[in-house]
Amino acid sequence: MSSALTLYNSLPTYLTVGALLFGLGVYGIVSRRTLIGMLIAAELILAGASLNFMAFNRFTAPDPVTGQVFALFIMAIAAAEAAIGLSIVIALYRQYKSIDAEDAVHLKG
Amino acid sequence: MTPMVPPTGPALFSVEGMVGMVFLVAVAMTLTGGLIASNAERLVRAVAGLIICFVGVAGLYFFLNSPFVAMMQILIYVGAVAVTIAFAIMLAAPEQANKPGSTGPLVGPFGFAAAALLSGALTVLVIRTDWPVREKITTGSVREIGIQLLTNHAMVFELVSIVLLIAILGALVIARGGREG
Repeated sequence: MSSALTLYNSLPTYLTVGALLFGLGVYGIVSRRTLIGMLIAAELILAGASLNFMAFNRFTAPDPVTGQVFALFIMAIAAAEAAIGLSIVIALYRQYKSIDAEDAVHLKG
Repeated sequence: MTPMVPPTGPALFSVEGMVGMVFLVAVAMTLTGGLIASNAERLVRAVAGLIICFVGVAGLYFFLNSPFVAMMQILIYVGAVAVTIAFAIMLAAPEQANKPGSTGPLVGPFGFAAAALLSGALTVLVIRTDWPVREKITTGSVREIGIQLLTNHAMVFELVSIVLLIAILGALVIARGGREG
């Protein structure tokens, strides 16, 4: 039973996908120049973390409810983060007419 | 079910084989969407990649015995978060010319190396570890999720609702400030 078609029934598959999502998110955050691009990459990282929780929930946790509840909480926090982050981006855009992260260095004071 | 299963695994056109194919499609959607989201030149395409990635992750949740969370993933992420980001792009991101030069030291090969190192190390760790398998004490159905959400996790549930309320109000206040009329 080691065919590629039975991968869905093993924990390392999901954890590897989660690790790859995390790596993609990190790469996006460090390489993006715009604030919205960084927010998109942060969503990727959150998706990777959430996928890890769900995978452990399915394969190792005794109570398969906990991980699902945690994933729901992660979704709520991610929604709040996106709302706040995007409103800050819009406020910055109104001030600087740009969403490039380097144009916001004036905020250092 | 079929007596003719080859020893390497299920045949491609058996039920198990089709399930495996659907899973591989979900994984491919997740990774392709993530690649587009983190590499696309234009932000609108990045958001489209993010949506593809979220749909793929919802498929993975479905394979993890959690159709409820899969549904919430599509509802909240694809339906709310991605649409909000798309609106923000429309409001705040004109097709600005990419300013050349003045890139930080982390852009390019160094950023790629950092990300590749992180995910590669995590993958090696995942594959080398012998994960324990424990018996389930519940089935994890939607009914049990609802019961636990309002008993064991009721405090966090209420706190999350307050956080969401404050976040929405704060977003309105921040985005409205400095606007005339």
